[in-house]
Amino acid sequence: MATTDQSGQVRSNHDIRAPGSDFDPPGRPAGTSETVDLATALAAYRAMVIGRRFDVQATVLAKQGSLSVYPSSYGQEACQVGVVLALRPTDWVFPTYRDSVAVVTRGVDPVETLTLLTGDWHCGYDPMASRTAPHCTPLATQAPHAVGLALAARCTGDDTVALALCGDGATSEGDFHEALNLAAVRSAPVVFVVQNNGYAISVPFAKQTRATSLAYRAVGYRMPGVRVDGNDLLAVHSAVTAAVDRARRGSGPTLIEAVTYRIAPHTNSDDPSRYRDAAEVEWWRGHDPIRRLAAHLRRHGVLDDDVQLRIDADAEAFADRTRRGVRGRPAPDPADLFAHVYATPTPQLARQARQLAAEIAGNAEPEET
Amino acid sequence: MTAPAQPDPTGTIGIAPGMTLAKALNRALHDEMSHDERVVVFGEDVGRLGGVFRVTDGLAARFGDQRCFDTPVAESAILGMAIGMALYGLRPVVEMQFDAFAYPAFEQLASHLAKMRNRTRGAVSLPVVVRVPYGGGVGGVEHHSDSSEAYAAHTPGLHVLTPGTVEDAYGMLRAAVRGADPVVFFEPKRLYWSVADRALPAEVAPVGRAVIRRAGTHATLVAYGPTVPIALAAAELGTAEGYDLEVIDLRSLVPFDEQTVHESVRRTGRAIVVHEASGFAGFGAEVVARICEECFHHLEAPVRRVTGFDIPYPPPRLERFHLPSVDRVLDAVSSLWRDQ
Repeated sequence: MATTDQSGQVRSNHDIRAPGSDFDPPGRPAGTSETVDLATALAAYRAMVIGRRFDVQATVLAKQGSLSVYPSSYGQEACQVGVVLALRPTDWVFPTYRDSVAVVTRGVDPVETLTLLTGDWHCGYDPMASRTAPHCTPLATQAPHAVGLALAARCTGDDTVALALCGDGATSEGDFHEALNLAAVRSAPVVFVVQNNGYAISVPFAKQTRATSLAYRAVGYRMPGVRVDGNDLLAVHSAVTAAVDRARRGSGPTLIEAVTYRIAPHTNSDDPSRYRDAAEVEWWRGHDPIRRLAAHLRRHGVLDDDVQLRIDADAEAFADRTRRGVRGRPAPDPADLFAHVYATPTPQLARQARQLAAEIAGNAEPEET
Repeated sequence: MTAPAQPDPTGTIGIAPGMTLAKALNRALHDEMSHDERVVVFGEDVGRLGGVFRVTDGLAARFGDQRCFDTPVAESAILGMAIGMALYGLRPVVEMQFDAFAYPAFEQLASHLAKMRNRTRGAVSLPVVVRVPYGGGVGGVEHHSDSSEAYAAHTPGLHVLTPGTVEDAYGMLRAAVRGADPVVFFEPKRLYWSVADRALPAEVAPVGRAVIRRAGTHATLVAYGPTVPIALAAAELGTAEGYDLEVIDLRSLVPFDEQTVHESVRRTGRAIVVHEASGFAGFGAEVVARICEECFHHLEAPVRRVTGFDIPYPPPRLERFHLPSVDRVLDAVSSLWRDQ
């Protein structure tokens, strides 16, 4: 819940300035720049700019009716990108419905990324090819999947790491706790990243837990718990990299809480004016992760107006590709409804498939039985 | 109890006369783990203890902690982990200790295990077996005797199997482990100690086929799992009253072998479905509906159900009033001719 302190500054009590944390002024990322080289930081910056442009485009498409719904991650780009860039292509990531920017950063086609949200199908990409699980909608249920996959990889002799994303809301779910405990007990090569964006739809962090940090959860499971400024790409990337390395070494799981903020509504059909102050949102806009990283990169001379123009052009091209792809996509095939329920359709399903095909063909004669 | 047969070169042991159903399941797991190193077994108390019903006895010692291990008491994460493992190419077999203790895993079952193939248009298969000891008749206190098969059968994407004999327990579990789709494998608790009464071939049973356990001409009794012996006993006793009853053991609720059921009912003209679960919206309702839809003009009498009452499962001292009995089945049989 947001409060106004004596200086008139709006403070959210999930904010990074909790006791014991550092929060540098806007434009100066927390002191981790030595752990992320400038080339990586610039690549991340580019992915964040492209990711935000994609996110804005998706929200527009939702408002235009091309998507059924779109849960935006506007303002969470440091988390979305910092996490993905800390992984190898052979590692697995388990995203939630709010992690479409992470999915495209993973290299998944933007239109295939949005298939769930266009309503064409539940998942548009091949998880096996991209080592990216389908967007998970039921909260925290993907966390045990990540643990299982990590254990299977180890069992197979691979050094694959699994990374599960979730939000602060999901940490109230039983599966979150069960997954953390099992990961710790079996020392699974898995990393849990909680993007604490302050709200479970409308319920502020303070009403979700009495804890001042979700990273404390790790203590009870005897794994490292790390709290980072989730609007600081360098902080997120270095924390996740360290946790992934640790998992790959066989030293077990890590819980990372990345404190960030959901600038946008829960989805395009949400009305946040009913539960939060505009001033709070403005405060967080002032701590924008993209602007902060840009300042860092300009200070180090790797970002200038020319580079920015090229990145902006790439972002426009990506948005254009997304827009054209979504608008020009073929209609979903009703035959798919029956084709993948089982490896081999049951006789009953085969009959229903024929019935629907006949209906569509305008020939809904009852079949001989 | 006869001595176990010698393992064949592939490590397969098979089953022998005198073996209990629980032991046959144990042998099936052993043989599949020998056959395929991707098969892993985990759950609550399945390691050193060998499971509360000893179905996993000896597997941890034989195959090691990576392939058979105990988990914390966390049914949802047990199944969730199995999903993640299957995503990476393993074939997990998880044990839910008791029927009602599997409910915390229902979200993983219904929202992920059942849907992943469909969600990914076939890109992801989840060959996971969820073993659920189910049903009553063993004097279990509350939460130890539920029949939860209808919840699974109502969820598209799951195969739902339940053996009624020792031989099927072995063959069907092996088939379940080898399948391409997730299977909820319901093990009738009260048959765990039933024994094979003859030499049994160590075969992998076909999934999705019902079997006629006893041929007859007057009426068809449709049973599965714990009610198969009840139906067979009723058919046996029924001969004294002049009834010649056919008994079908469904074995597979999903896929449902309607062909075997319909052909039988078309011959006999009468049918009774027998299950332990409450009748209201139970699996028997589906069987009856299909018989009425597909065999109506062959029916000589209304199709009946003999099921548990529509009550929460009773305490041990009252469960005998709830469970379908041989007498109750025979009463239903005689009612098929009552109005003629």
